Amino acid sequence: TTPLKFTADKANQALIKTPENKVISHNNFYEFGAQKEQPAELAQNFKVDPWQLTISGECDHPITLDYDDLTTMFALEERIYRLRCVETWSMVVPWIGFSLADLLKKVAPNSSAKYVLFETLYDPKQMPGQADRRLGGGINYPYVEGLRLDEAMNPLTLMSVGLYGKTLPPQNGAPIRLVVPWKYGFKSIKSIVSIKLVSEQPKTTWQQLAPNEYGFYANVNPNHDHPRWSQASERRITSGGLFSRNRTETLPFNGYGEEVAHLYKGMDLNKYY
Amino acid sequence: MNTKLKTSTKVFSLKVFIHLAALLPIVELYYLAFIDQLGADPVQRVIHFTGIGAFNLLLITLLISPLAKKFKQGYLIQVRRLLGLYAFSYAFMHVLNFIAFDLQFAWSLFFNEVVERPYISIGMVGFVLLTLLAITSHNTLRRKMGKSWQHLHNFNYLIVILVAIHFYWSVKSELISPLFYIVLTVILLSFRYKKLKAMLLTFFPSNT
Repeated sequence: TTPLKFTADKANQALIKTPENKVISHNNFYEFGAQKEQPAELAQNFKVDPWQLTISGECDHPITLDYDDLTTMFALEERIYRLRCVETWSMVVPWIGFSLADLLKKVAPNSSAKYVLFETLYDPKQMPGQADRRLGGGINYPYVEGLRLDEAMNPLTLMSVGLYGKTLPPQNGAPIRLVVPWKYGFKSIKSIVSIKLVSEQPKTTWQQLAPNEYGFYANVNPNHDHPRWSQASERRITSGGLFSRNRTETLPFNGYGEEVAHLYKGMDLNKYY
Repeated sequence: MNTKLKTSTKVFSLKVFIHLAALLPIVELYYLAFIDQLGADPVQRVIHFTGIGAFNLLLITLLISPLAKKFKQGYLIQVRRLLGLYAFSYAFMHVLNFIAFDLQFAWSLFFNEVVERPYISIGMVGFVLLTLLAITSHNTLRRKMGKSWQHLHNFNYLIVILVAIHFYWSVKSELISPLFYIVLTVILLSFRYKKLKAMLLTFFPSNT
């Protein structure tokens, strides 16, 4: 990882951040193993340069970005966001990146573009979890995620290329990943090679695997439990060992309701979970 | 006289080994968790470690009598209670870790989870049954209870089935290790095929 130039997130410096060594050693990135500590171990030789990210589909100016474009095309800014995992742990991470909206404006979506489909690199030679079902947790690869176009255009939605002031470590989704802070962590797809504007709602990876447990929207919602556990509260991963008192209430939209609740006006969030 | 002494030495050394093998990993685990050197989420780690540890110990207790019979090593039966008590101790820590470190004594959340989440419900049923077995494991009680003691301790077979399902239902998608444990459980129970069949027939008498 190398240092990045960016403007600091002045508004959120007061949030207590999860220590860097925990952010980079506790990862759900099944392409490198389904255990939390495996990606930090198995992703170290992952090659991120050269890289190609293609933005295509229902748009007027499809483009392909190279590795250098990812950090130079837009001015980078720090965004200190809460991250809530569907497994009920949470973190506070200082991401570095740019708004997905800026990128999408560049390709000019046309009137058929209703959804955005994201895809992670498929390379079983480099990603042992894709080659071995036991290691990869039995999910289908490549990993795909999706957003509604208006969710993708929301200013909070971030394309992240770094954290804690440096480029992303491979286990956190280098060289570029999505961060959608009001949705469960699995929406924030890692190591993206393709962003496609589409007219139909895509079937996302976890939704395909267990549709009664994971929906397309996956908004953080303390009032809609996972069928097998409660989502009412969460454990914030902070410094301190076994005895840190870190259980806290989970907030609707992970506390970003002011910015995003209007996107779901009139929708039954228990039906569209 | 000589062979008897030898047997007691065997049992003694085996018990020392069991104590060390069960206690040392636990001391290391909690020490590392306490000084925050057990990965990013020590809470999850201690819960998983004690849970899997309890399951392993339960399966080992089930392995004892087939082993003793097959290799004519009757003395092995003498360490079974100790293994069972360690299985209970690990299960007890598993539940305690969940309440103390994960839920942080949010009791209403605990009771809700036990009632509403099938994997936690059956896990708790298994734990309560295991607790009964641990309490009645003392020889004095065993003598007092007579025949009903064996009936009660046959619940061990039900407990291990509940634990296998508890594990299987608790994971998000990585089903392979729970499935591996289910296979082990089935193999160990298959050694008791006749006994289990007889037990089932007393509960559900067939008409044929």
